[in-house]
Amino acid sequence: MTSFSVNADDMDAIALGGAFLGTGGGGDPYIGKLMAKQVIASHGPVTVISADELPDDALCIPVCMMGAPTVMVEKLPNGEEAREALSQLETFLGRKADALICIEAGGLNSTIPYAVAAATGLPLVDGDGMGRAFPELQMVTLTIHGISATPMVLADDKGNSSVINAISNRWTERLARCQTVEMGGAALVALYPMSGAEVKRGILHGTMSLIKEIGETMAAERKASRNPAAALLKRLDGKRLFTGRVVDIDRRTVGGFARGKALFKGIDEDEGRSFTVEFQNEFLVCRDDDGLLAVTPDLICALDADGGLPVTTEQLRYGLAVNMIGLACDPQWSTPEGLELVGPRYFGYEHDYVPLNQMSR
Amino acid sequence: MYRLGIDVGGTNTDAVIMQGRNVLSGVKASTTEDVTSGVREAMEAAISKADIDRSKITTVMIGTTHFTNAVIERRHVNPVAAIRLGLPATACLPPMVDWPDDLREAVGGHGYLVRGGYEFDGRELAALDLEEIDRIADDINAKRIGAVAITSVFGPINAQMEEEARKRLLTKCPDIPVVLSSEIGRIGLLERESAAVMNASLLQLSARTVEAFAEALKSAGLHCPFFITQNDGTLMGAETVKRFPVLTFASGPTNSMRGAAFLTGVRDGIVVDIGGTTTDIGSLQHGFPRQAATVVDIGGVRTNFRMPDVFSIGLGGGSLVRQSGDRVTVGPQSVGYRITREARVFGGDTLTTTDIAVARGEAEVGDRARVADLDPALLEAARTEMTSMLERAIERTRLSPDPVPVIAVGGGSILMPEQIGDLKVMRPENFAVANAVGAAIAQISGEVDRIFSLEKGLTREICLKQAEDEAREKAIRSGAVAETIETIEREDVPLAYLPGNATRIHVKVVGEMGGHDA
Repeated sequence: MTSFSVNADDMDAIALGGAFLGTGGGGDPYIGKLMAKQVIASHGPVTVISADELPDDALCIPVCMMGAPTVMVEKLPNGEEAREALSQLETFLGRKADALICIEAGGLNSTIPYAVAAATGLPLVDGDGMGRAFPELQMVTLTIHGISATPMVLADDKGNSSVINAISNRWTERLARCQTVEMGGAALVALYPMSGAEVKRGILHGTMSLIKEIGETMAAERKASRNPAAALLKRLDGKRLFTGRVVDIDRRTVGGFARGKALFKGIDEDEGRSFTVEFQNEFLVCRDDDGLLAVTPDLICALDADGGLPVTTEQLRYGLAVNMIGLACDPQWSTPEGLELVGPRYFGYEHDYVPLNQMSR
Repeated sequence: MYRLGIDVGGTNTDAVIMQGRNVLSGVKASTTEDVTSGVREAMEAAISKADIDRSKITTVMIGTTHFTNAVIERRHVNPVAAIRLGLPATACLPPMVDWPDDLREAVGGHGYLVRGGYEFDGRELAALDLEEIDRIADDINAKRIGAVAITSVFGPINAQMEEEARKRLLTKCPDIPVVLSSEIGRIGLLERESAAVMNASLLQLSARTVEAFAEALKSAGLHCPFFITQNDGTLMGAETVKRFPVLTFASGPTNSMRGAAFLTGVRDGIVVDIGGTTTDIGSLQHGFPRQAATVVDIGGVRTNFRMPDVFSIGLGGGSLVRQSGDRVTVGPQSVGYRITREARVFGGDTLTTTDIAVARGEAEVGDRARVADLDPALLEAARTEMTSMLERAIERTRLSPDPVPVIAVGGGSILMPEQIGDLKVMRPENFAVANAVGAAIAQISGEVDRIFSLEKGLTREICLKQAEDEAREKAIRSGAVAETIETIEREDVPLAYLPGNATRIHVKVVGEMGGHDA
């Protein structure tokens, strides 16, 4: 994959694709999309480059939002925070960044880095650390490769910033999480400073082009008055999990995360069956009456069965009809090291990971 | 004691006279450009048809799509100063950033950012910059802007800064109308701010329209109070709608669904409102329309109003029926309001769905002799197609396999068969004016939508109770009778990614309006 250019109009497709790979979490990419459109309109398009184009000694820095997307839809950023975090990290490292990267290929954080890339003129690497959305900052393939999240800088809308140095990426998560709350529920951060060589080894490649393509497919299908589910299943070699209607939804807050369980009644070809989907910000486990259908780190993506748009866990409500789609995760996640970070047991489920293609049904 | 319900739609103005739970008369008239004369015509016809003493009409309830249409057509919207209290945050996306250019221009595009606002937990984001408010006031005077919308970050959890800003502004702009976002919407800055700005831009039109309603009633010798229905099928006083025209944005479909519920006594079911060109299908839950989950677009602007979740298909009483080879197609093209000239039964040459219904003896309008020659196979095929279009749409809206009733309303509901799949169809008397009935039976509501912190001994149950009490007080202040109040929405969404157990609680209660027995 060679480099490509992203203009303001492309952000619509990127936001759609990002919402789909957000697997129900990561926040609505709408705000990030508007931010990116604004900056691209005034500064020009963003260049997305393949990781192979980076010299091994290049400095590459991921930027993202950390905190509650529900706060960010009310208290919008001022637009300087991410650049501030980036420039503080550059100062700390004594070196300018050569490229930016997305930490997650889903939700709000799949669009915000475009705004920063447009503002700084830096290229964005075609890849990310998750290939989807996950709730905690150590949940990236970079952790598997021993790449440290710190030094990390958090910056808020008031002009506060701080540098964290931690002994592990899980410690970074703990320390940074408290600070985002004090900063007002959300902060923009620059973290995981990496060399070009580390980027090539540690990230999931091609996910920015994938998001754009997913979004373009969805837009084209919706324009032709077709639900995008069939086209996406084909393009992504996905597995149709079920089509159903929410008949019950139970939400509670555990340790600062929205956990819950939605019960679905099958409709159309799944008439007569019932399904449950459990979530912790993102959809994590999907079952039918007989057992597991899909489980983290494989992706469980929801589309509104009527409108064909991605559905977040917060939008789930009684009566909503959805198409649930399962996608195989990146092979790095199904290794023992990957599963320790993002497998079902980490999230508190009492069963092991079963890959999507080995499920009996 | 009588009630008069009026629905002012884009095409028709309907009126009904009700006594208690009985509909004494229902009539349809054409909507007029000045609104007043159409209202007067419908009203007079309803009064004379019911043959009642008009001095015994105690309340008038009006539903209208006038303000929605103004935004969609970009007509009668006035310039607004959109003031946001949110610096140092929020600067990246200024007011009206996601509006279509023509609508932004129509309201003048005047956005101002000021230091102020709150954090999610109620702390100050920044102290309110009152000197900046003074400078903005000078600019408003210099540019002769006629209305103001003030939006503070997290205004819905604390409205104090919006109020302070208004007070300060009024010292330099003493007579300017000011809309506060906290009075209008919920969490979601851009959507709430956009609603506040649209509201401010409609204030002159709403003042004129409410005056026109008042004038029409007065000239008809009616001196009772009148109310306008809002999005959720509940009422607001005439003075309130003057200040909050946006709250009427979805009252059209709401009224027809509420009217259908009332006319049949059904609280849970599916309402099919068949007009001339389209059919709107929605679900009733506890006697109220089920609300849409996602954001709703009004005239190209994202808003977070709660609106009925309505699904529309291109089938109506004027839909064209065409035959090509063995296939018969129905709609989406329609003769619309020209049906009374162009349909076969009315002497025209165009074959419409109404002609099919008449030819099959399912409806009695126009001249049946004019469709006597139609091929029975064509009639059968067209009927099958119409039924299957309705059936598919109803299945989509259906919430459970339980055999809920289907209620057919609207002028085109003669197209509805007696049975649809396994569901029985009800066709209430006065089905054609269900929306005016919906207006006549509207209730008073109270709503709370705020983030609560479940700490210091506060449990989810205590917070829900607290929210419910607040909502009840709001409803009672607006005129609801305390004994009739019931909770219709009660939900809490824990806020993801935040420790400290923050939860967003939304509670809504409704009650009967004082002074009548609906």
